[in-house]
Amino acid sequence: MESRSHAGAVPSTLTRHQLLDEQGVVAEDPLLSPYAADITVEELQHLYRSMTLARRVDEEGTSLQRQGQLVLWVPLRGQEAAQVGSVWPTHPSDRIYPSYREHAVAFERGVPPAELMRYFRGLSAGGWDPEQYNLNPYTVVLGSQTLHAVGYAMGASLDRKAAEDSGSPLDGDPEAVIAYFGDGASTEGEVHEAMVFAASYDAPVLFFIQNNQWAISVPFATQSRVPLATRAAGYGFEGLRVDGNDILGVVAATRYALEKLRRGEGPVLIEAETYRMGAHTTADDPTKYREREEEDQWGHLDPIERLRVHLRTVHCVDQAFFDTVAAENDAVARQMRADVLAMSPPEFVDRFDGVYAEPHSLVAAERAEYLDYQAGFVAQDDSQDSDSEGVGA
Amino acid sequence: MSKLTVAKAITAGLARAMEENPKVMLLGEDIGSLGGVYRVTEGLKARFGAHRVLDTPLGEAGIVGTAVGLAVRGYRPVCEIQFDGFTFPAFNQITTQVAKLRARTEGRLSVPMTIRIPYGGVIGSVEHHSESPEALFAHTAGLRILTPSNAQDAYWMEQQAIACDDPVIIFEPKRRYWLKGEVDEENSPGDPFAAAVIHEGTDATVVAWGPMVPVALAAAKAAEEDGRSVEVIDLRSLSPIDFDTVTASVRRTGRLVIAHEAPTFGGLGGEIAARVTERAFYSLEAPVLRVGAYHLPYPPAAVEDHYIPDLDRVLEALDRSFAY
Ligand SMILES: Cc1ncc(C[n+]2csc(CCOP(=O)(O)OP(=O)(O)O)c2C)c(N)n1
Ligand SMILES: [Mg+2]
Repeated sequence: MESRSHAGAVPSTLTRHQLLDEQGVVAEDPLLSPYAADITVEELQHLYRSMTLARRVDEEGTSLQRQGQLVLWVPLRGQEAAQVGSVWPTHPSDRIYPSYREHAVAFERGVPPAELMRYFRGLSAGGWDPEQYNLNPYTVVLGSQTLHAVGYAMGASLDRKAAEDSGSPLDGDPEAVIAYFGDGASTEGEVHEAMVFAASYDAPVLFFIQNNQWAISVPFATQSRVPLATRAAGYGFEGLRVDGNDILGVVAATRYALEKLRRGEGPVLIEAETYRMGAHTTADDPTKYREREEEDQWGHLDPIERLRVHLRTVHCVDQAFFDTVAAENDAVARQMRADVLAMSPPEFVDRFDGVYAEPHSLVAAERAEYLDYQAGFVAQDDSQDSDSEGVGA
Repeated sequence: MSKLTVAKAITAGLARAMEENPKVMLLGEDIGSLGGVYRVTEGLKARFGAHRVLDTPLGEAGIVGTAVGLAVRGYRPVCEIQFDGFTFPAFNQITTQVAKLRARTEGRLSVPMTIRIPYGGVIGSVEHHSESPEALFAHTAGLRILTPSNAQDAYWMEQQAIACDDPVIIFEPKRRYWLKGEVDEENSPGDPFAAAVIHEGTDATVVAWGPMVPVALAAAKAAEEDGRSVEVIDLRSLSPIDFDTVTASVRRTGRLVIAHEAPTFGGLGGEIAARVTERAFYSLEAPVLRVGAYHLPYPPAAVEDHYIPDLDRVLEALDRSFAY
């Protein structure tokens, strides 16, 4: 990895928040501690279950891809705390805009693992129903979804305002929106515009950056001189830098941000510092650009191990719990594999139906042409079949 | 002479351009230490240094826009866009700045830069990795567009594009990156903006480019078995298009089929069909036919074979042409 020094650089003075340290011991943080104080051991066990399930399905994804059953897999290993910790505090009514690695977010939102695999098996361009889970489909063009999240959040504010003005205010908490993206995506121009718009319109949006230190082979040092959370100040909103492998810290920071958004004091940016422990995708080879030593260092900061130690030592959770969870996760992974293998390919002709909401003469004509063309093959095959039958008889 | 894959021929072409001109530099995402996701720039950072092979931050507008400044400053920047579908954050820079700076300054400023875009489908990937957006750029005056179909052209076109004083986009046929061919490092194939008749024939002409060229050749072979002699033209340049070579061929054969991976509607096949009809109407024995993809977003991998024209679709179009 290249080290970069910059004459004239202005260092960031942002605090790095942490609640659960590397040894699984709870640390005090003046800002965030109150936001994690009421988390019960049952809730911690839920978080553990979600994190380990995501990891187990992730492993199955890699193995399915290796066996030729997926066109691609995007591993999330190492980012379980950042993902589970940020989505768990949301309400079902909060809209989520993921990037493309947020499998743990999707599972926590209720997307069945096999449903998500439809995308990676090359069967679907989206996968799940966005309305059902209040979860946008994955967005692969880096950063594009951040603007959509801002617009969606603007709409949520406008709706609430309109309801108030009309004398029948909406029930329940104001909605919040989360836009997930990476350290690499953070440098795309559209992300800048998203932050400008969010600031201008006080949009209740949380920009949640998983800084996993790498954008394929591009190290974080290329993207930024300072922690990305520093950028928020430039737009005039709050940016929090949190240990992204610390599930408590991520939960607390997210709760803090969501409260702020619901009070109409958004946007907020959270930078969760974590690590992409695996390859960028199954098509990637990280040995080409990063050192084993670095991987090992981060390996000691594993978010799941940290929570396991905490549960065991502080809450005296016994081995049976961990064994049960592992067995349950295995069962989910096995079921997912079976479901994936049983999926039938889509019909190409259906693609003509999904493009426009209203009839489109060109698409209708090309659909008919396609069917005609296919029918030509069937006719040919039939005639060949009857020929061969003739010979055989 | 060396036998190289298309990808390695591009690497060699870039390396030679960098050797010969210290102002040539490369910019792109993951092109340095990794050597690009297709390893096309492998070894170049080690050989020429991090100041000439820039592993840029992620931002296509940044890559292309800074290249404009570098070009005006006297450099010969070569931008890599990682995949076709990721060109669009730079669409503004390419169409409003790269293409127009020279005209805006009445010729006082040139933008001698190259933009390499791996394009085309049938690679079994996810969304945005398989598109053929060449018509969007060909429609913009001020850009030149090349697309090699073989190693020899790949080797030379990179160098010719870099040497050109106008901005050149090279659409690289990514599914043919591993196609091997002879590269003659001594003798250039000449004008990169000229089309090439790569298979002579007398009964019909098929025009193709980039990844579709091997498909067109296969169609000519298959037609031969049916006693039809099909001429194949590798268009090579999409802006300008060498209409003279195409028209001359059609005057001889009387029939024309244009095959491209991009959607038929609004594709370059339409432009070629119109020009040839204008120029060679009385030589035509049949309407000019186009074979392209449907007016649909690129579909999921499982059904992409139905979307992209294949050998059968080209042969079917030839049959229809002969049936007139
Ligand atoms: C606009 C655009 N350019 C390039 C790519 C290719 N690409 C896919 S992922 C990636 C790296 C993104 O890194 P980061 O945002 O840090 O997210 P991570 O993959 O680390 O989760 C790149 C360059 C893309 N998807 N979109
Ligand atoms: Mg990253």
